[in-house]
Formats: sequence, structure tokens, C-alpha cells
Amino acid sequence: MSVTGLSLAASRGVVSGSLDRLRSFALALIVPLLIVVLWTLGSARGWLPEQILPPPPYVWQNLQELLANGELGRHALISASRVLAGFLVGASLGLILGIAMGLSEAVEDYVKPLFTAIAQVPTLGWIPLLMLFLGIGEALKIVIIAKAAFIPMVVNTAAGIRGIPPGYTEVARAFRFTRLQLLRRLVLPAAVPPIFTGIRYSLTKAWTALVAVELLASAEGLGYLLVWGRQMFWLDTMIVAMIIIGIIGYGMDKILSIIEARLQGWRIEAR
Amino acid sequence: MSGTPMFDARSRRRIARGLVLPVALLIAWELASRTGLVDPRFLPSLESIVRTGWTETVSGALLGHLGASLARNLTGFAIGTLLGIAVGSLLGLSRAADRLLGPTFHAAKQIAVLAWIPIISIWFGFAETAKIVFIAIAAFVPVVLNAQEGVQSASAQLVEVAHALRFSRRQLLRRVLLPAALPSILTGVHLALIYSWLATVGAEYFMTVGPGIGGLIIAGRERFQMDLVMLGVVILGLIGFTLNHAASRLEARLLRWRDG
Repeated sequence: MSVTGLSLAASRGVVSGSLDRLRSFALALIVPLLIVVLWTLGSARGWLPEQILPPPPYVWQNLQELLANGELGRHALISASRVLAGFLVGASLGLILGIAMGLSEAVEDYVKPLFTAIAQVPTLGWIPLLMLFLGIGEALKIVIIAKAAFIPMVVNTAAGIRGIPPGYTEVARAFRFTRLQLLRRLVLPAAVPPIFTGIRYSLTKAWTALVAVELLASAEGLGYLLVWGRQMFWLDTMIVAMIIIGIIGYGMDKILSIIEARLQGWRIEAR
Repeated sequence: MSGTPMFDARSRRRIARGLVLPVALLIAWELASRTGLVDPRFLPSLESIVRTGWTETVSGALLGHLGASLARNLTGFAIGTLLGIAVGSLLGLSRAADRLLGPTFHAAKQIAVLAWIPIISIWFGFAETAKIVFIAIAAFVPVVLNAQEGVQSASAQLVEVAHALRFSRRQLLRRVLLPAALPSILTGVHLALIYSWLATVGAEYFMTVGPGIGGLIIAGRERFQMDLVMLGVVILGLIGFTLNHAASRLEARLLRWRDG
């Protein structure tokens, strides 16, 4: 880009920021609209059989039906409560172990190799193993989700505490802080932002683990809705379930990233 | 490399401490299994797992499963990564492309990747194609994100120098943008390697036709053969670890010029 082009672009940006935003919104819609148009056209003309790709109105109708008879709400609620329970268990245990590993080198020495070995086996690997121990009930789902949330929580908490600038600790020592004071006044506040990053990762992992465990072993929930749609060859139901899974995952991450930005802002102000 | 600094008193103590929990766990396991404290069907003795591993290896079955898994893993990974580098570079180079395709891509990536499995199995069947498509999707996403970021983060000064030297578009891409984006792209490729292994296991669980480590585990679960399941899980972890380690080494090697 030439120099004049750059300055022109810059001045244009100042004059019409909102117009620019409108334009990127419009541009962003082109591809989805194109997909929907092709999809509608394809189904109408019979390029693709209905069993392979149901026309968009079917999907829309199915969404409304599932909403009206409360099925979608019920499955979503079940999935959400599983994620919440598993996440709370896994993240709080992870927080405790992460703090212990961050503060004490001995704890880290003892625990880290076993922890790494456990973390190395993916969640998907644990599901069949734990199915044999726990059956396919609610306990399996909670344990799998908790395990998925636990790992990033430990890693981020420990790294966050290890990353506290030594200068802070020196000041605390100069003030003769007790252990408890050190923890409450220095370690926790300084480690809050990285710990929060851990929380965000944990929740994302918990959501993915939920989908995995519900696909493999469940009679309720959004993952089950997918499996059920698959067995019945109801593609419209499957597409609805996929979209809802995407929206909930996105919503959770968005809320946490807003809180995270606030926390980071607080840290910058405090400096 | 000299061995002395690696094994000073500090790291010796660290290794010793690190072994305490795993060894204690294994002893407890073996005792529980031998004394019949826990039903050996649930907790097979270590010996029987090793024996299963040995017989499966000798018969060649294990290697067959392993080979099948790795082959589809690498095929899907290669397709996903190459497409990912192309699309990511395009999004990074062209603002128009980013504005057109970016939002759709970011919306689609919100869907947890496993949720694609049922619909892919309808579109592509349960056979090899469906598995490879799924693995490629899993590898594609992180590569696009990182390639785009890498190309966009190429320093403006470097690009300016290239303009001053009157580089052609092709030269700009090959000599400036891609080298500048390489660290970021490699991060994406590394993630893709991990994700594609997870996707391989996922694909084998849900589309169980043909051999593979995932299929082995599912078969073991169905036949209630705990030793087979545990063997499979250990292999899963080992392969994941090896792939991860290899990627780190390769990354460090390819990026050596940066530190030198």
C-alpha cells in the first residue's frame, strides 16, 4: 500500500467509524447468507436428498418444535447442570492442588510426574475405562467433566503463583507477613488473573468433555440429542443440537472473557 | 552433553520424590488385585496387563491397530494442516478475505469438534473417509488461527523494507511474510498434532469400523476385558506424549535461526 493510500484509509477510518462497522457486519453476513441460499436452492432442486441435507425451513421448524414442547430446554438444562457440577468439583480441587504446587517445591516434586502422566491420557481415553468402574450413570459424567476441568486449573494456578515477581515476595518479607497474610494479601491477589485464565480454559474443557461423555454414554442432554438424531436419521434435530452446543459454548466463553478483561484492567490500574 | 549437571543432588531428589506416588499407587494396585480386595475383573493385576500387551504385540494385532491409527491420524493431520496454512495465510494477507470469511469461521469453530462426528458419519459414512475428514477438521482450526495471527504480526518495518527493495508479491510472501509467520504457524501445527490425535481416538470410538487403538479400547470395554482397555489407554497416552515431544523438538530445531 502506498503512503497516500495509507493516509487516505486512516482519515476515512476517523470520519466514518460506525459506517465501517456496519460494512464489516454486512460483509460478515455474505458467506452465511450464500450458504443458506445454496442450501435452500440445493434442497428445492433436489441436488441433495433430504436425508443428507434437510432444507433450512425444516431445521427452523424443528427448532421451534423442540423449543415449544420443552425438549430442547430440558436437554440443555441437564447438560448445563452436569457441566456446572463437574466444573465446580474439578476446578476447586484444581485450585487447591495448583496453589499447593505453586507454593511448595516439595509438593510439586512429589505430585508433578503422576499429574503429568494423568494429564497425558486424553479425556476420551478415560471414558471407557471409567465406564467399567462407574457404570454409565451420573457419576461417570461428573468425574469425566471434573477431570477435564481439573487439569488446566492446576497448570494455570501453579504457573500463576510461580510467576509472582520476586520483588513482591521480598516486600512481604520485609513487612514480616505471616504465612496466612502472605497467602491472602499477596499470593491470591497477584495470581487472580492467571487463575482466571485457568478457569476459562477449565470451563471450555468441561464443555467439550460433556459433549464427549454424552455422545458415548447418555440418555439425556444435548450430546444425546445428537446421537438420537443420528439414529433416527433426523438431520434437522442434529443441526439444531450442534447450533445450540455452539451457542452455549460461545456464550460461556464470552462471559468469562469479559470478566477476565475486567480483571486484567484492574491489575493494570493497580500498578 | 555431559551427564553431571543433569544429575546433581537437587534433581536426584526431585526424581526420587517424583517416583514415590506412582510406585505407591502401583504397589497398592498390585496388592489389591492379588489379595482379591478388589474384583480382578475390575482391577487386573499389572502382570496380566503386561501379558496382554505381550501377546497382542507378538501376534501382530497391536501393531496393526497402531499402524492403522497412526496412518489415518497423519493423513488427516496433513490435509488439515496444509489447508489450514493456506486459509490462515489468506485471512492474514487479505483484509477482504478476513472480513468475508473470518466471522463465519469463528462462529463455526464454537461448535465443540466432537459434535461434528454424528453429522459427518451421515455425510461420509462410517468408513475411512469420514474419519479422515473429521481428523482434518480438528487439525485445520488451530492452524488457521495461528497462521493468520503469524502473517498479520509480521513487522511493518520488514514489510516496508521489502517494498523499498521492490520485492514482488511472491518474493514478499516467500522471503518476508512466511518466515516471519513461521513461529506462529509451528505453534498451530503443534496444536494440530495434539488435536488430530484426540480426533483420531474420537473418530475410532464413534465410527468403529476397521482396526485402530480407539476401536481396541471400545472392543475391550464391550467384552469387559479390563486389561485390554488399560493397555489401550496407556498406549493412547504414550502416543500423545511422543507426538507432543517430537513436535516440541522439531519446533525448537526449525526455529533455531531465531536465537542464533
